[in-house]
Amino acid sequence: MSERFTKGMARNIYYGGGIFFFLLFLGLTFDTVTVIPERENRENLTEQVAHGKEIWENNNCVGCHSLLGEGAYFAPELVNVFQRRGIENELAFKGYLKAWMGAMPTNVPGRRQMPQFNLTDEEVNDLAEFLMWASKIKTAMDWPPNIEG
Amino acid sequence: MKYQSQAVAKPYFVFAMILFVGQVVFGLILGTQYIIGDFLFPEIPFNVARMVHTNLLIVWLLFGFMGAAYYLVPEESQTELYSPKLAWILFWVFAVAGTLTIIGYLSVPYATLAEITRNDLFPTMGREFLEQPTITKVGIVIVALGFLFNIGMTILRGRKTVINLILMTGLIGLAVFFLFSFYNPTSLVLDKYFWWWVVHLWVEGVWELILASILAFILIKTTGVDREVAEKWLYLIVAMALISGILGTGHHYFFIGAPDYWLWIGSVFSAIEPLPFIMMVFFAVNMIKQRRREHPNKAAMAWALGCTIMAFLGAGVWGFLHTLAPVNYFTHATQLTAAHGHLSFFGAYAMIVMAIMSYAWPLLNGRESSSPQAQKVEIASIWMMSLSMLIITLALTVAGIVQIYFQRMPESGQAMGYMATQAQLTPYYWVRLIAGCTFLLGVFMYLYSFVVASRTKADAPLIPVKD
Repeated sequence: MSERFTKGMARNIYYGGGIFFFLLFLGLTFDTVTVIPERENRENLTEQVAHGKEIWENNNCVGCHSLLGEGAYFAPELVNVFQRRGIENELAFKGYLKAWMGAMPTNVPGRRQMPQFNLTDEEVNDLAEFLMWASKIKTAMDWPPNIEG
Repeated sequence: MKYQSQAVAKPYFVFAMILFVGQVVFGLILGTQYIIGDFLFPEIPFNVARMVHTNLLIVWLLFGFMGAAYYLVPEESQTELYSPKLAWILFWVFAVAGTLTIIGYLSVPYATLAEITRNDLFPTMGREFLEQPTITKVGIVIVALGFLFNIGMTILRGRKTVINLILMTGLIGLAVFFLFSFYNPTSLVLDKYFWWWVVHLWVEGVWELILASILAFILIKTTGVDREVAEKWLYLIVAMALISGILGTGHHYFFIGAPDYWLWIGSVFSAIEPLPFIMMVFFAVNMIKQRRREHPNKAAMAWALGCTIMAFLGAGVWGFLHTLAPVNYFTHATQLTAAHGHLSFFGAYAMIVMAIMSYAWPLLNGRESSSPQAQKVEIASIWMMSLSMLIITLALTVAGIVQIYFQRMPESGQAMGYMATQAQLTPYYWVRLIAGCTFLLGVFMYLYSFVVASRTKADAPLIPVKD
């Protein structure tokens, strides 16, 4: 590297650049955090939805599925499962989810298996509430691209 | 080894390698489950195997980073480690906590683990990579604090080199950003937003500082090039890592419910993220070209150079491949992401840990390098692991492209369903699994090189008295 470009200059770029962009990131974070309630319809985030998220976490659902495109890629995306399997109808979706969770594992030889989580009716209901709420989060470009997730 | 206390790096390196083998074995289980869906079900469901696979990776890399710090900080500071005893205590705390957590994952259903560790009191579990029970997370924080204290006191007592300061900044950042794993709001979007403060700001932020400083240390030691030259490079590399990487977090904020401006910010800044990695390649090549000595440890140099190349491919090229928002719209959460994840973690972080181990291990055992015979096996293992990982990456890339073509590109109604698409990917999953097996073979070759080294210690060069 050229002699005119000194170690001191390189150090200043490191400290200056690092601090500047981190502060910018904090500013953008502040703005994002104030906008999120509107994009996720915070007013609809009920106790049931919150309980549904706990069930989602306590059973490590993200270990196979993705939600909003994050998680594992072993099983289908679930942010639009309400549209895909529930035809955007609350009763239809809740009925579907209860039947589905009850039927696991399918034990079809060679097929990917989902464990039986032994959820109560209330837990399945709240999990459905959580997934329905998540399906209405406003995402950029209305991701996912299509109903298959 | 110039300072007796550097020897405390040994158990860290050994334990890292044990966990590494475990990680790869569970990787093979996962690879098999992608083909034979009910393999090992219900004993080891996919989510459990994946949790073990990813958590072992994180923990063995942390052991590796700690070992690296215990080795290089005393040498850079030109003083003994503040407290080797504390380093030993923390080793056992971390090793026992880590082992118990893995046993917990494997022995009871996850919901039971959440229950017995009282996740309801302070829920932090069930999020990708942060699956550890809250009590384990607290343990990690305690170990990290003790470690930072030990390393920090050593640096304060001794010489404050650029390598020391950047490594320290990286390690402090690692500990600070991990604290966000305790923040788990009921809002899914907020949860995801700050989850990335751990995950992204680790691997595409502060971990790059750790990587670059270890790399600079190895290059200075093996090439004998003037420290001033290396330090200038080091500053520029980490500057670019932070300038691109901090706002580059935006590429994770595209489709999780965050505002649309992240599409632009994330695309632009993450497009610059390959820069620090290509600079690392130039750094390594230049240092080796300008070398003022012929260091006998060719294997360590091969690891270091290989690390920069594979990191550039994995993090730089494969990262850029899907980082622009209009592309990511289709690739997000497909096998393409898995392809990038595998190559970048191996290239950047697994390889730098093996590079420092390869450099330090002979010195910790009274030799400047291993015997030529042992190095031959070791260099063959680098090729075996690297080529296997490239094949894994290519197989997953093709799988991802096919998946996008069938499942993501067509309109609703015409798109193929998830499971039907997966059935189309089986041939590529086979290629990945076979390459996974040859990767494990590479790991065993690497471990075997240490056996050869100890058997042929008589042929290994002694440490020169004046160095």
